[in-house]
Amino acid sequence: MEDKKYILEVNDLHTSFFTDAGEVNAVNGVSFKLEPGKTLGIVGESGSGKSVTSYSIMQILAQTGRITGGEVLYKGQDITKYSEKEMQKFRGSKCSIIFQDPMTSLNPVFTVGYQLEEAIMLHTNKTRAQAKERAIELLSLVGVNDPEKRLKQYPHEHSGGMRQRDMIAMALACEPDILIADEPTTALDVTIQAQILELMQKLQKKLGMAIIMVTHDLGVIASMCDEIIVMYGGRVCERGTADDIFYAPAHEYTKGLLRSIPRVENMNQKLVPIGGTPINLLNMPKGCAFCPRCDEAMKICLSEVPDELRISDSHLASCWMNVKELFESNKEA
Amino acid sequence: MSEEKYLLEVEHLKQYFPVKEGFSKVPLKAVDDVSFAIKPGETLGLVGESGCGKTTVGRTLLRLYQPTAGRITFDGEVLFDSEKKIDVDMQLYRKKMQMVFQDPYSSLDPRMTVEDIIGEPLDVHKLYSSKAERRDKILSLMETVGLNAEHAMRYAHEFSGGQRQRIGIARALAVNPKFIVCDEPVSALDVSIQAQVVNMFEELQEKLGIAYLFIAHDLLVVRHISDRIAVMYLGHIMEIADSDELNENPIHPYTHSLLSAVPIPDPNIARQSKRIILEGDVPSPLKMPSGCPFRTRCPYAQEDCAKVMPALKEVSPGHSVACHHIEDISRIKKGVLLN
Repeated sequence: MEDKKYILEVNDLHTSFFTDAGEVNAVNGVSFKLEPGKTLGIVGESGSGKSVTSYSIMQILAQTGRITGGEVLYKGQDITKYSEKEMQKFRGSKCSIIFQDPMTSLNPVFTVGYQLEEAIMLHTNKTRAQAKERAIELLSLVGVNDPEKRLKQYPHEHSGGMRQRDMIAMALACEPDILIADEPTTALDVTIQAQILELMQKLQKKLGMAIIMVTHDLGVIASMCDEIIVMYGGRVCERGTADDIFYAPAHEYTKGLLRSIPRVENMNQKLVPIGGTPINLLNMPKGCAFCPRCDEAMKICLSEVPDELRISDSHLASCWMNVKELFESNKEA
Repeated sequence: MSEEKYLLEVEHLKQYFPVKEGFSKVPLKAVDDVSFAIKPGETLGLVGESGCGKTTVGRTLLRLYQPTAGRITFDGEVLFDSEKKIDVDMQLYRKKMQMVFQDPYSSLDPRMTVEDIIGEPLDVHKLYSSKAERRDKILSLMETVGLNAEHAMRYAHEFSGGQRQRIGIARALAVNPKFIVCDEPVSALDVSIQAQVVNMFEELQEKLGIAYLFIAHDLLVVRHISDRIAVMYLGHIMEIADSDELNENPIHPYTHSLLSAVPIPDPNIARQSKRIILEGDVPSPLKMPSGCPFRTRCPYAQEDCAKVMPALKEVSPGHSVACHHIEDISRIKKGVLLN
């Protein structure tokens, strides 16, 4: 009964890359649940494991990468146990992904139309003529002008924004339940970014799909997401609604991140940067991943990984500071 | 009176690149008739979409490109004047103006140690008398940008993005410049590192009084660091004003849509604000629209916009806009607000 509510459940996912330098734990026990029709945002800087999490769901990891633990439940079924054939059916028809760089994710030697039709024919029994009709329909859905002409063109003849539209059209070809957007607008200009974000919201309303939005841009997250996960060093450090994260951040990393970006309120003040450098996954600290850069770090942070502590109904954070505060307030009482 | 105050003055700068189209060569007008001025110790932000010519402006100022036409005055001396055929040797002036590049990965020679990278401008301009002095200078520069002395013998690949950008900044500071062109210096960096570098730019300006031309597409960063902001579109400056004035009281329809397109990291503001979504893409600079370049995407465009490119007009002190229909637009906007 409970399971039916969520379209995707990720439980304690571990993904590692086996490199010459040793095992790199890119994702270290990530869990989340996604409701149909909702948008989940995953924020983090490079190396936080946000992209690897989404690649793990789709099982499109690089050759050295492997899911080493945990489960990914799609409508209650564990897709990490799927065979490659079953996965091929899953990708594209149930869950699609769009990538950061629309320049490199389309094949330059085939026309846009051919690539779109290929995606449609792979998952349906349509003939090429029917697929073409559907492709035209899809391109007009994503707001490409003159779709018939555009289908015959090669990717290099399309602008960046249009290529991202092509990618979205391709991802939507089989009306998936879940759309994973991995930094979909990072390579685009702000005005084009606004167009694409608006388009994604419109399509979500129309088709009722769930979106996983992976990005480092807190602005994009604030305007798009129902629920947010903040990742650092392959772990979830905080999760909650947009209001929880932006107005009541409970993890030191989230707090630092919000202090370090220019916002309307701090325009004339100095930014407060997070010291140090982003984490090296080959050399993970024993305790909390953020503690080498954290100003508030305590003894326990060095040695033990904090558990998630519930702050409100929708808001969880894994930071020892919250445990300390809780302990102190209990002592007073 | 005002003439004396400026460190750098650019008048009617044009930068065309010849592009082959079939058998003929057509000019690609990357920068077309751009004028602005920068005071000593001031930061001018330059924003715009990719392909609008903002990087070209920065590079032309340092004469990495030969300008097609216009006049550049720096520190009271004319560096380039196409009419009077003045064209000075830039080597001398690069002691006073420097550049920090966007990509900290490709702008540092992988085969040079940090000491040599920072020392190269000192070598070129012969700014030391002994080896010990060279080393002292390099070490103090490294300290200025927050690098340790033991980093001097390392190579660029041993550093993270933020540290590499510090090396690039130390190299620019080596000659003690009065003016630095910062071409997207933070856009390749992680969010948590961006603030470190932005703060460093601000601290260096306070300490050394350097003027910046800060080129970036991240409007929030530009707004944070700049005293004044110029908005470019297809080789033209559309609006130029004080940083706060431009953000609170934008006049040009392009500035409006650019500002409204910026995702604000604040859920309440994001929910309330209404984005002005521009239709379509930026036209190719090879097929520039006649008249005002923005008219193809402008919601207020009228017939006369296709005829003449509007000149930059001062609407209030320090706030200039290039648009034919400023009054009409502000009237329409007021009407919208009343409704």
